[in-house]
Amino acid sequence: MTQSSASENLMGKALKEALFAGATAFGLFLLYVGIETYQNINNQLVWRTRWGMLAIFVVIAAVSRFLMVAFIVPHLDRRKLAKAKSGILEISDEKSFFHKHFLKIALFALVIYPMVSVMLAGTQGSLKYVDNFGIQILIYVMLAWGLNIVVGLAGLLDLGYVAFYAVGAYSYALLSEHFGLSFWVLLPLSGILAAFWGIILGFPVLRLRGDYLAIVTLAFGEIIRLVLINWTAVTKGTFGISGIPKASVFGIWSFDIGAANNFTKAFGLPMSSAYYKIFLFYLILALCMLTAYVTIKLRRMPIGRAWEALREDEIACRSLGINTVTTKLTAFAIGAMFGGFAGAFFATRQGFVSPESFVFLESAVILAIVVLGGMGSLTGIAIAAVVMVGGTELLREMEFLKHVFGPDFTPELYRMLLFGLAMIIVMVFKPRGFVGSREPTAFLKERKAVSGSFTKEGHG
Amino acid sequence: MEYFIQQLANGLTLGSIYGLIAIGYTMVYGIIGMINFAHGDIFMLGGFAALIVFLIVTSFFAGVPVALMLLIMLVVAMLMTSLWNWTIERVAYRPLRGSFRLAPLITAIGMSIVLSNFIQVTQGPRNKPIPALVSDVYHFGAITISLKQIIIVVVTAVLLTIFWYIVNKTPLGRAQRATEQDRKMAALLGVDVDRTISITFVMGAALAAVAGTMYLMYYGVASFNDGFIPGVKAFTAAVLGGIGSLPGAVLGGLLIGLIESLWSAYFTIAYKDVATFALLAFVLIFKPTGILGRPEVEKV
Repeated sequence: MTQSSASENLMGKALKEALFAGATAFGLFLLYVGIETYQNINNQLVWRTRWGMLAIFVVIAAVSRFLMVAFIVPHLDRRKLAKAKSGILEISDEKSFFHKHFLKIALFALVIYPMVSVMLAGTQGSLKYVDNFGIQILIYVMLAWGLNIVVGLAGLLDLGYVAFYAVGAYSYALLSEHFGLSFWVLLPLSGILAAFWGIILGFPVLRLRGDYLAIVTLAFGEIIRLVLINWTAVTKGTFGISGIPKASVFGIWSFDIGAANNFTKAFGLPMSSAYYKIFLFYLILALCMLTAYVTIKLRRMPIGRAWEALREDEIACRSLGINTVTTKLTAFAIGAMFGGFAGAFFATRQGFVSPESFVFLESAVILAIVVLGGMGSLTGIAIAAVVMVGGTELLREMEFLKHVFGPDFTPELYRMLLFGLAMIIVMVFKPRGFVGSREPTAFLKERKAVSGSFTKEGHG
Repeated sequence: MEYFIQQLANGLTLGSIYGLIAIGYTMVYGIIGMINFAHGDIFMLGGFAALIVFLIVTSFFAGVPVALMLLIMLVVAMLMTSLWNWTIERVAYRPLRGSFRLAPLITAIGMSIVLSNFIQVTQGPRNKPIPALVSDVYHFGAITISLKQIIIVVVTAVLLTIFWYIVNKTPLGRAQRATEQDRKMAALLGVDVDRTISITFVMGAALAAVAGTMYLMYYGVASFNDGFIPGVKAFTAAVLGGIGSLPGAVLGGLLIGLIESLWSAYFTIAYKDVATFALLAFVLIFKPTGILGRPEVEKV
């Protein structure tokens, strides 16, 4: 076949596929997009048509399918072929300067990030960047790294991780309200309490595997949330607990407005909540670093090796004399502990906790970050958190879209829709996550990064 | 005693709906071993399709007989969800078949987020109430049973019979069971595996649409986040009965419906879901593969 007839063939095929995609999209969206239901003045449900919108959906589906078949797929195929011909392995030891020092550069950037944003946006203007982006993303990084211990290292699928986050947040909120304990006492205590709940969850699920484990952990998360909603005497139910005290700088300086040792007064700075946010930023950064440090250290210790052995093959693990009960329980407990830390931090940052913050969706988002990052890879998970959480936060900022789509357009409404779409697209194109290589902790002579596809994801 | 029987009837109704959704979970799990997290939202889409069709038909022809109305709602909802689930399988799950286990789970969770937010964006976040379709009630002594409940239980029973017949007696069902047992061998013996899996998704979606329509008829209201709670309960039902087992899914659904209504009747309604989930954990401690599930044999 000649070149031109082949490309004609391709175009014909692409056209056919595009027509098919358009027809499918028409069927899919006919009722849900083509018809709009709304309540009229008499509060009756009525409907009207939206053919224009339906046409846009159909055209988008057809055009994107056409581009996909005619251009993107052949392009990807050609690239793959060229790569295979050149004989260079996908993972090589050759690393650029940036790649080699990535962690140092990233850490340095994070440390100077609040200062840079203060310098660029002013004290008050930096609030948005430090709080909405910095702190928000780092909370998710910490949660995802905590969950990574359970899912990525021990291979235990946990769909209810948010429960431990809730336990940590409510521990801090309730204990500080009733006993007046400070953040620095309650932070470790929240972690310990969450770890304790991790063990409580761990016991009944010891024998469960795979999807049975998934549903029980999901149920556990829902039970905690339902108890928080319904045990109104203690948790104030859906109203939540407000007025949670702020954290202080190790008890030396406080951020309460009237306090004698107020941070801004002590340093003669102008009154602004930005300093508190910057302090919180460094606090969560330190907590993240602690999580990463513990994870890296534990991976080299017998318990971390036992987790990874459990993930690779539970039966082999048991026949080598590893106690799977303690291995599983420690994984749950330590993962939960970091969730608890993050929860206490979340409570002090918000000053308010309610069951609304601990819905299943949060668990799903955290798990998605772990998997999208490439399970087990700390760098990958951090990148995924930045992309997914930062990306959706960015959408809140897109005021200019209002000029494009009219004043009724609220970008926030599309936040989770796009988050879900991103989850699907990333998984379909990169099923192994953003970072596809792993650094083994046990090796012969020299350490070599291996492809992520050599590690298993566990059955538990 | 009357009170107990009354609650039993209510539980049976609710359990039928859960059972119908649970079959979708259990079939997909049985055939490709993945949790189709978006299935609850397919159920929600079914309810919405029924709602929209109801509005359209009533605005053109006032006074359509109820039976015909229900039939139209059912058929359209089934067609809609079948098309959706077929497309979802093609776009989000098929490319990941044979990839590692968590990848399709994540796309399924993503799909669930997409579907509920899609309906929120296109149809608005408010609850959508419709006038009662059937309001007849029958009194048997102190027990009141509504026609709605009878319809739900009868439709469920009829569909389950048809379904049981398809899976156990037709060539299609044979292909499904073969694919479930050994996909590679089934393909070698001439079973079109891709098509069989697609049909499984379509069948599950059709049953979810029936459940969605029944749910809409029973409660008279639809909302974009209706998919989550019934979805999780149905999933719980599927696991409780032993995931992969069809009678198990129905049994689990009925059990959960009964527990829910009996717990609400005799204890506190607030903790009915806690009771359901606690029961699940409790059963799985003693039977880690559910009530009717086959124990997993792991080969080394």
